[in-house]
Amino acid sequence: MSDKTMTADEAASRLVGGMTVGIGGWGSRRKPMALVRAVLRAGIGDLTVVSCGGPDVGMLAAAGRIRKLVAPFATLDSIPLEPHFRAARERGAFELMEVDEAMFLWGLRAAAYRLPFLPVRAGIGSDVMRVNPGLRTVTSPYDDGETFVAMPALRLDAAFVHVNRADRRGNGQYLGPDPYFDDLFCEAADTAYVSCERIVDTAELTKEAAPQTLLVGRHVVTGVIEAPNGAHFTSCAPDHGRDEAFQRMYATTPWEDFAERFLSGDEPAYQSAVRTWQKEGS
Amino acid sequence: MSGATHGTTSGTASGATRAEYCVIACAEAWRGAGEILASPMGLIPSLGARLARRTFSPDLLLTDGEALLVDLDGTVEGWLPYRRHLDLVTGGRRHVMMGASQIDRYGNQNISCVGDWARPRRQLLGVRGAPVNTLNNPTSYWVPKHSRRVFVEAVDMVCGVGHDRVAAHPAAARFHHLPRVVSDLGVFDFATPDRAMRLASLHPGVTVEEVAEATGFALAVPDEVPYTRDPTAEELRLIREVIDPAGSRDREVRG
Repeated sequence: MSDKTMTADEAASRLVGGMTVGIGGWGSRRKPMALVRAVLRAGIGDLTVVSCGGPDVGMLAAAGRIRKLVAPFATLDSIPLEPHFRAARERGAFELMEVDEAMFLWGLRAAAYRLPFLPVRAGIGSDVMRVNPGLRTVTSPYDDGETFVAMPALRLDAAFVHVNRADRRGNGQYLGPDPYFDDLFCEAADTAYVSCERIVDTAELTKEAAPQTLLVGRHVVTGVIEAPNGAHFTSCAPDHGRDEAFQRMYATTPWEDFAERFLSGDEPAYQSAVRTWQKEGS
Repeated sequence: MSGATHGTTSGTASGATRAEYCVIACAEAWRGAGEILASPMGLIPSLGARLARRTFSPDLLLTDGEALLVDLDGTVEGWLPYRRHLDLVTGGRRHVMMGASQIDRYGNQNISCVGDWARPRRQLLGVRGAPVNTLNNPTSYWVPKHSRRVFVEAVDMVCGVGHDRVAAHPAAARFHHLPRVVSDLGVFDFATPDRAMRLASLHPGVTVEEVAEATGFALAVPDEVPYTRDPTAEELRLIREVIDPAGSRDREVRG
């Protein structure tokens, strides 16, 4: 039985500049931040990032790593507007493929199903068509004759997701209320890296939780990374909520200062810097 | 409901505040809606949806704001994570009340950015689900502070699709329905020959002139503009004692 465990830095080292990377989670919820931090450390840039954006997008944008973003939004949830994403957009720092949430979901499904596109009743009449001149439409071949957006497959070179538990083979389990699109990200990708709060034995996964919590199947997973608190400062219900105080500090601290204090070392250094910051505040 | 064309300047027969009239106006969006999901975005639409569920639309589905369908007492009755929420939207069994950073006379709505999209002056949220909402299920809007910055001649980025835009795609218009816009000044609909925004009711204390002054385009105004209906005594009690005892509504709309 193959053991797919690796470190976040090993996962990041498999990326090269120019790749298309999908990032799971949603807004400031269950984001694979330990993997994002590893990408920041590894110095990889020129990325096409596909994400329902939160601080993953904010940090990568602030660090100048994004060439193109595919997203329906970027938000910190309790802070509606992601400040670094916003600043980067306002200085024209990257190309944007701004699509509707359903278009985004259909695009991931198309990639997972190995289809070139899926028809979706969304986008027609909106400026999503104006700002994405490459989008095409398709007419129903049946009597209704309705025109749909032919949402292109969002095929990914790599996917990063963070879940609550995983086994060493790559079976990933979420214990919170929402799977987001994490399984689809993995299915839409050539390689998928799953970080988790804790690696457990396979039998442990369904000891207390129902089998339908097994969200990500090992057949679509390349690497498993044990990263306790690896979604910090986003939420990872039910293991922990969002670190609102830290998020507020992130949102109001100049990027260079934040990066210097929290991102100049490895993941244990990050977690240690967070604990120090928390002690100062208490 | 009064038939006056001009509002009084202060005080209402019911004793209700402006925020409470807004709650009533939002709740009315879900009257007779049946067994569909009420998706309120923002505080006052949320209070309105819960009021509707407690009174005249008892079959509405409500969410906890995350992934669960819940009864008024919090009892979980269903699971609605984002992906299933989007499936439900496309099935049409939902009436959403969204916010709008900009909205124009035909109901085109913008929450993406202000200024040129390629290099926005102010980047906002992004289009989110506005395009899919407007083509698939009834979509209303809530604007807590009615102003010329929000009610504009033309929005900078069409996220939610308005009547003029959808008219160019007749087949896509099958399920397009924008029932109402509610602001802190009144209620608006699109019951005009060219489906342009019309003043449907004034909240008591508001005048037609005040609305026109705060609107960046020429609004259709009928000869007789009614007032937004008064809450019943029971509705006021529910709002004040059960649904929003902390009075958070008054922080969103004052007066």
